[in-house]
Amino acid sequence: MAQIKQTIKPNGKYMGRRIMRKEDPRLLSGKGAYVDDIHLPNTAHVAFLRSEHANARITKLDISRARALAGVIQIVTGADLRGVVENIPPMGVLPDLFVPQHPVLATDRVRYVGEPIAAVLAENPYIAQDALELIHVEYDPLPVVVEMEKAIEPGSPLVHEQSKSNVAGTFKLDSGDIERAFRKADRIVTGRFVNQRVAPMPMEARAVQADYQAGEKMLTVWSATQIPHLLRSSLSRLLKVPENRLRVIAPDVGGAFGGKLNVYREEVLLPLLAMRLGRPVKWIETRRENMRAMIHGRDQINYVELAVTKDGRMLGLKCRTLADIGAYPQMLTAAIPTLTAIMATGCYKIPALSFELTDVFTNKMATDAYRGAGRPEATYLIERIVDMAAAELKMDPAEIRSRNFLKSSEFPFTTPSGLIYDSGNYKTCMDKALDLAGYNKLRQQQERARKQGRLMGIGLSTYVEICAMGPATSDPPGGGWESATVRIEPSGKVTVLSGASPHGQGEETTYAQIAADQLSVPFDDVTVIHGDTASVPPGVGTFGSRNTAVGGTAVYMSAQKIRTKMEAIAANLLEINPKNIVLRDGTLQSKLNPKKSVSVREVARAAYTAKKLPPGMEPGLSETSFFSPKNYTFPFGTHVCVVEVERETGEVKIIKYVAMDDCGKVINPMTVEGQVQGGIAQGLGQALYEEIIYDDNGQLVTGSLMDYAFPKATQLPEYICDRTETPTTSNPLGVKGVGEAGTIGATPALVNAVVDALAPYGIQHLDMPLKPEKVWRTIEEKPEAR
Amino acid sequence: MFPANFNYVRPNNIREAVQFLNEHKDDAKVLAGGQSLIPMMKLRLAAPEFLVDIGRLPELKEIDLDDAVLTIGSLIRHADIETADLIARACPLLAETAAEIGDAQVRNRGTIGGSLAHADPSADLPATMLVLDARFSVAGPDGRRIIMAEDFFTDVMTTALRPNEILVSIEIPKMSRRTGCAYVKMHQQASGFAIVGVASLITLGRNGRAEDVRVGINGVSGVPYRAHAVEESLRGKPVDERNIAEAAALAAQGVEPLSDIHASSEYRREMATVYARRSLQRAAQRASAPQRH
Ligand SMILES: Cc1cc2nc3c(=O)[nH]c(=O)nc-3n(C[C@H](O)[C@H](O)[C@H](O)COP(=O)(O)OP(=O)(O)OC[C@H]3O[C@@H](n4cnc5c(N)ncnc54)[C@H](O)[C@@H]3O)c2cc1C
Repeated sequence: MAQIKQTIKPNGKYMGRRIMRKEDPRLLSGKGAYVDDIHLPNTAHVAFLRSEHANARITKLDISRARALAGVIQIVTGADLRGVVENIPPMGVLPDLFVPQHPVLATDRVRYVGEPIAAVLAENPYIAQDALELIHVEYDPLPVVVEMEKAIEPGSPLVHEQSKSNVAGTFKLDSGDIERAFRKADRIVTGRFVNQRVAPMPMEARAVQADYQAGEKMLTVWSATQIPHLLRSSLSRLLKVPENRLRVIAPDVGGAFGGKLNVYREEVLLPLLAMRLGRPVKWIETRRENMRAMIHGRDQINYVELAVTKDGRMLGLKCRTLADIGAYPQMLTAAIPTLTAIMATGCYKIPALSFELTDVFTNKMATDAYRGAGRPEATYLIERIVDMAAAELKMDPAEIRSRNFLKSSEFPFTTPSGLIYDSGNYKTCMDKALDLAGYNKLRQQQERARKQGRLMGIGLSTYVEICAMGPATSDPPGGGWESATVRIEPSGKVTVLSGASPHGQGEETTYAQIAADQLSVPFDDVTVIHGDTASVPPGVGTFGSRNTAVGGTAVYMSAQKIRTKMEAIAANLLEINPKNIVLRDGTLQSKLNPKKSVSVREVARAAYTAKKLPPGMEPGLSETSFFSPKNYTFPFGTHVCVVEVERETGEVKIIKYVAMDDCGKVINPMTVEGQVQGGIAQGLGQALYEEIIYDDNGQLVTGSLMDYAFPKATQLPEYICDRTETPTTSNPLGVKGVGEAGTIGATPALVNAVVDALAPYGIQHLDMPLKPEKVWRTIEEKPEAR
Repeated sequence: MFPANFNYVRPNNIREAVQFLNEHKDDAKVLAGGQSLIPMMKLRLAAPEFLVDIGRLPELKEIDLDDAVLTIGSLIRHADIETADLIARACPLLAETAAEIGDAQVRNRGTIGGSLAHADPSADLPATMLVLDARFSVAGPDGRRIIMAEDFFTDVMTTALRPNEILVSIEIPKMSRRTGCAYVKMHQQASGFAIVGVASLITLGRNGRAEDVRVGINGVSGVPYRAHAVEESLRGKPVDERNIAEAAALAAQGVEPLSDIHASSEYRREMATVYARRSLQRAAQRASAPQRH
């Protein structure tokens, strides 16, 4: 349960208010329609044979017994795809990135456990599964590359023999005089932080269905995706189907968290199979497959050095980062860690930065965007090193932060990485969080607890992130524009068609709030449609906390255009000057004489009957806008976490959790809290429980939910949520984005709290996840503990 | 996740069920709540040719209490054990243990007989059975026999049940007065099963000393076990903090604890001690308190 503080007033009839989500009755009563709920007659079911080895040559692949099984329609192997579709290239690259061939099905070589080798098409999923057991594969195992630090050592086995080493690509960022900063420093604080590999774990795993209507030459693909339009463009290129003969539908999508911001092998193969077979085909991923073959997130090691003066001023930050990108770069894989680089200085004014990134190949599934995508790693490394500096200087963690925060008067602020922070009020936000948490009292409590031998810890994390992806001029994962059509139907009801593709975030509600306020119509009269490339205007997709800031602005712009048109129509009907028209309570009225008015419905009717329109005006009430932001947005916040560590078991108990987030203007406080809380859950999940573990042979040890500890409700605390509101200048709504904030803020807050709790033992750092045994062992190994 | 093909049979009574099992032996599996068997089949770790659904046999669904024994049918679900008044009165330890199993959905379907027959080393009920000196009534082709709890769990996921036998009911002897029990558990963070689960029972004598001490431990070894060293150490002594701690330190004596990614052997050993102490402390408190546990 969450305790919600509401300290900010709404700013519209609907905008800014806690309005129940339109999508929930459908989703909560089991009436949603996910890919698996869409049944087409005569569907063939697909199952994938996947590699059991992390690195091996395939010496034999015998499908004859499987092929002979009754009910098996066809079995497709890599050899069948030669000359058809051979390579799925990534989008986000680095200038020197080695880009390996990324086949749809492996042919003679596999490079991670779970890599698809063959696809079985059968009359039902049971038979498909039976057939997998009859396929005979022989492997010639090769040495496996698992740990990235070892992978870059000379002499390491190679993931791709065609590249000289396992260094996939590099990226450097230098700003200011770093050497001088380190010369002038009183202290240099250093840390090595492991940001472990985790799984996005959407409740709905991946799912693809495809159908080819030969008569219409129309290929329809249903996919649980975040990016229907980008997927359509990719499929068009790869399968050589014209974009206007290709329809991608993202129906209800059961979460994604970045995991479905991709173009996967299975997604490319299914449409191809549908075309070849002339039957609908369907693949519903199992959880075990999902954990092996959907992208993972994070997986960085950061070697950090912070130069500080003795009064806690930060002079320079050096960071060397290794990022484990797995075997084949997926869509944005290589570029995700560059977000860590550009956000590394966080909320602080640090004049000099040197960041060196190395993407490393290993025999694992690729990493890619996972909720936060590069920013959680940035926040973690800076917030950990700042805490270590505070500890070394015997300074309160809040104090060292406030001494180095950017001041609100300094915005817009150009960071060492060249970003322009739009707006911020870091100190106010932190102070409000500390107040709400009762920080001073907590410190007193901690002192008493320590005297009693109890291990209480208080952790702070102050973050700034980069959202509303992003200006079209920036490199992927920049994002770009988003579009929306707003249409008032002849009856006066409103349809919003969005190119963005929400999948749980609640834009069916927030877009309706925006439209309803701008058009002065009842909220219930607005319907939001998204996800079907055949019915919605072009779009980019939903990721990088961009939906409201970019997609929402497009809705706002279209609504504004309609409003102007309605005013002109109303003025014509009322025979007054359009300048004197005001839209209020569902009517367009004369400012001078409110009795002179027509309703939105009447105007809509006039627009479509087209009899009394101003001269030269086109009929109809439908407008489309593209919004291409000039800048990103930079939401920020402070999270405070209070823990008690049980000395004898190492268990961490969260006693209090305060989240003070600032995502600019808020359209719906409830959906914002939902995002913040879900984000915190995943952030704490990484800090406490979650870890994708591959063993020395590259076998996935945490391959099911019996072993991968994804947090359940009972393993999470109550959150106390509040916010400050500093509007952005990057869009007219003033909204910044909040989809990832919780994940970004939570992880360092928890780890800082635990390290603080263990301070009496002289413990300076512990790598995540902070499982009981690890904490227990760390204490046991300290002489102070004896 | 799709299981391999199987046949489904639903016998009308225990005799029919046993007969069918006797004909098919290892090719047939009893289906109770399905909370362990079905996942194994979906993962294709099990592929029985026949599922023998005993779910509707009324003889397996009875709970009965007489002067000496509490009898619980093998099909009684964890959720019922957790909430039934009769069990709360007669054997609160059992209710406390059942409440620790899985989540509400699992407890609503999983059965006591299924859990015991499955004999997962990290399951919760086995230690409690050991501590309660439970007797398992089993039906086979040659009629009924009784297996004592301490003889039942023979190896990892292996019991003294034969493939042609059905666990019919669990009989729990009545406890003496001034007895307190407790079950405490450290959860594995992903699965929720026990890294360590300790059931304990203390009966106080007139002199306030521990007359009877029983400690059963799950999760630490491949087979649940009675921690005899702990019991002997505490027996005859006042149940104060020091004596309990001293006894609990012997919780994993003579045991080579399991080791996995969730807990090393060393950690399991340590936690066995911590949880044995907590369990004994709670049992001691309850033994001295007026209301029985
Ligand atoms: C998500 C999840 C979490 C869980 N967490 C826990 C936990 O924390 N602690 C815990 O202890 N358990 C846990 N379990 C397991 C649960 O307790 C199961 O209910 C129990 O192990 C099996 O009982 P069942 O009635 O479902 O048996 P089934 O799955 O139907 O059968 C299990 C096995 O027992 C055999 N069998 C069943 N009944 C009889 C009988 N009367 N005679 C002979 N053989 C029989 C079957 O043939 C089969 O081999 C969990 C299960 C799940 C799915």
